Amino acid sequence: MSRVGTIARRSFLIGSAVLAGGVAFGVYTVRRPHENPLEAGLAEGEVTFNPWVLVGPERITLITPHADVGQGVAHMQAMLLAEEMRLEPGQFDISFGDPSPAYWNRAMGEEGAPFLSSDQGFAARTTRTAMGAVMKVLGMQVTGGSTSTPDSFDKLRQAGAIARETLRRAGEIRTSIPSDQLRCEAGAVVLPDGTRIPYTELSAQAATIDPVEDAPLTPRAEWRLIGQETERLDIVAKSTGQQAYGIDVSVPGMVHAAVRVNPRRGVLTGYDASAARSMRGVSDVVEVTNGVAVVADNSWRAFQAVNAVDCDWGPAPYPAEQADHWAEVAASFTEDRLDREWRAEGDVEAALSGDVIEAEYRAPYVAHQPLEPLNAIVRVTEAGAEVWTGHQMPRFLQQQVAAITGHEADQVTLHNQFSGGSFGHRLEFEHVRLATEIAVQMPGVPVKLTFQREEDFAQDFPRQIGMARGRGAVAGGRVEASDIQIAAVSSSRSQMGRIGQNVPGADSQIPAGVWNVPYAIPSYRVRAYAVPELAPTSSWRSVGASSSGFFGESFLDELVHAAGADPLAERLRLAIDPRAVAVLEAVAEMSGWGREPAENRGLGVAMVESFGVPVAEVIEVEATAQGIRIHDVWVAAEVGTVVDPVAFENQVQGGVVWGLGHAINCEITYADGMAEQSNFDWHDGMRIWQAPRIAVRGVELGGSVRGIGEPPVPPAAPALANAIFAATGQRLREMPFNKFVDFV
Amino acid sequence: MQFTVNGVPREVDVEGDMPLLWVLRDELGITSVKYGCGIAQCGACTVHVDGIAMRSCQLPADSLEGAQITTLEGLAEGETLHAVQEAWIAHQVAQCGYCQAGQMMQAADLLAAVPEPTDADIDDFMGGNLCRCGTYPRIRAAIHDAAARLREG
Ligand code: FES
Ligand code: FES
Repeated sequence: MSRVGTIARRSFLIGSAVLAGGVAFGVYTVRRPHENPLEAGLAEGEVTFNPWVLVGPERITLITPHADVGQGVAHMQAMLLAEEMRLEPGQFDISFGDPSPAYWNRAMGEEGAPFLSSDQGFAARTTRTAMGAVMKVLGMQVTGGSTSTPDSFDKLRQAGAIARETLRRAGEIRTSIPSDQLRCEAGAVVLPDGTRIPYTELSAQAATIDPVEDAPLTPRAEWRLIGQETERLDIVAKSTGQQAYGIDVSVPGMVHAAVRVNPRRGVLTGYDASAARSMRGVSDVVEVTNGVAVVADNSWRAFQAVNAVDCDWGPAPYPAEQADHWAEVAASFTEDRLDREWRAEGDVEAALSGDVIEAEYRAPYVAHQPLEPLNAIVRVTEAGAEVWTGHQMPRFLQQQVAAITGHEADQVTLHNQFSGGSFGHRLEFEHVRLATEIAVQMPGVPVKLTFQREEDFAQDFPRQIGMARGRGAVAGGRVEASDIQIAAVSSSRSQMGRIGQNVPGADSQIPAGVWNVPYAIPSYRVRAYAVPELAPTSSWRSVGASSSGFFGESFLDELVHAAGADPLAERLRLAIDPRAVAVLEAVAEMSGWGREPAENRGLGVAMVESFGVPVAEVIEVEATAQGIRIHDVWVAAEVGTVVDPVAFENQVQGGVVWGLGHAINCEITYADGMAEQSNFDWHDGMRIWQAPRIAVRGVELGGSVRGIGEPPVPPAAPALANAIFAATGQRLREMPFNKFVDFV
Repeated sequence: MQFTVNGVPREVDVEGDMPLLWVLRDELGITSVKYGCGIAQCGACTVHVDGIAMRSCQLPADSLEGAQITTLEGLAEGETLHAVQEAWIAHQVAQCGYCQAGQMMQAADLLAAVPEPTDADIDDFMGGNLCRCGTYPRIRAAIHDAAARLREG
């Protein structure tokens, strides 16, 4: 790769992509399309028009390259293609496809540009374009940052339309009937007399012509699938036990492995595996980086045996005790750790010269822990490596595996799998690396590594730890000034560092949800401080906004109350972005805001924008004798266009449950260098008895189409804290809240 | 040892303390039964043993001699899905879906015992089944719907 490419690759960052200065590509490099990966494997009679559509005499396959970790993007991608191709569900198969630069993510560069989503100025547009170019030239195939829908929306509709028009043209050649007299409908070209020629029968013909690039998109009024309630393609399989996940895959000749890796993330100083070696079914004990692995004929036997290995662990490369982590964060509000001053409007110093309202907030480490434990199958041969796992960064995975096996990245085959959740967990590589390290020691044998839940907790890279200090002033019933300082470790730098990537410039995730608030507070300052790496961290559903959104919207609520204003009315007064106004008005209406709540009840509101999506939530709680009960949540989000209403509602409800559950009862704390929480008994999130009713409204103002996987998370915690304050008068400034109040 | 899985007699030669979860998954290849926690905290491994919902990660093989075990694959009667499955499809409950086999097995047992469950009954009976994706509002709605389907026959 050229030097420019190298710079750009090292400068790439998920979630808060920032360009290193002066990266530029020649126009040709940027315009040149990537090769269609489907060309290479075409069988007799098959045709492909672009990287997403494969039509053969027997079947139609749609490639849905964004990883499905439960958010429903396989279905979403297929619906976009099927809409334009005039296919009905059931008329096609879907496949995640092979990793390819052709599947570069067009939205992620844009989303990562450090400009307000409403900013359409020159610098913002130029940077977004440049970042898109980086993504394209480097072929960044990534699922994350709530970008699957914005990345796919235009691209896959165009791909589907090109396929449709090319098939129509093939029908014209076949029948000699002009194509404007041919209809495409339900997987067939239909002749004026009603005769149907299925696409599958036209594939050979279509293979002889160039794709018809001039293919109009279907107008919104004619959408059959997009924006409609459709049945998820995987819903029957997932309701009948037929859906296979990575953990269910079986490869002939496969052995089962389990690992224990230093829970302090230090080195393995010694071990005694004699007991393990003699246990039933155990065939081998091998070393892996910082740990040991047992290979056996069954997962449980591997678990039992690896737990019987006596290991000596070296010390942690970070403070051993949790109190020291907090002390380091608290000591980071200093000039030399200032990452960036993100906002400086009005005259904050002057505005804060009188009576000042002050508060300090904390957000702990939190684990990802999707319900499917991490797992991967790897087989290494001389010719290459084969991997079966669910992963969101397929091409990085190829590099990571190749670096261990000594192959080239393109000699690594990934069979991407449906995943039992991710929440950021499947952006990491440790389990794949470990499986590969075992597999290189037994060439030709497929090795299935399954993490025990306890190992998954121990090796999880949690959400960033952070603190905020707010100072503010009010006058005449209004919020006049707010000065927020946020200190947190950079999960982006930690995560990217593990795959050898730098994060140049400031990390916009540290103050995410605060630096970009769509409010006009007369004097407003936001400063972010980068705490040096403590325990390694990673992207956790909604990343920086999951903690900073809590800081910003809690502090704003304190100021609003100090001003004696109404929390929702004052937010509406301050809101400058029509999208923010729309979601606030929606939740006001949905919740009947302004009514007198029943005794011991209170309503709280919060609005946070993340990943370009403003989301407002109102929560109603009741202080009961058994503790706080969360009755209702009303949510409104503005995503431009709701592409899949079922997934939209499900993602919003799930995001609220995720945000609330972790705010209530989850944290990872370190003692003796190890995470103290090792299973769901001490880190369970929300359970059904705590789950409120959740009413959801998608507000569609018709602008850019955005994703909804993460944005519902950040407002949940502050809306809950604000509601508890309204009901009880008690301010919660630290998560998890169950350290301070009881919940039913 | 010998027991019946989904009506089929099975015989396995395993350690007495191997949990049913791993007997089903790794010895018999029945993968709808999921490993989530291994310590009775998540419910992903829920199956019916002699008609009662139980955590298969907690059942040692040697306690199962002669037992009738049903997994989600065996909940349907031939081509006809169980009312719980129909309701789960109608409400599009699943996100990742990893917890849902356990949720449905638990819900089927709830409805066998309490044909018209209240929200409080659901909270009590389903509280051990974790869903990290947060599908609880849909699970609740689907259980009420399944109850109605069963009543209507
Ligand atoms: S795996 Fe049995 S309850 Fe979690
Ligand atoms: S649907 Fe993913 S854990 Fe329940």
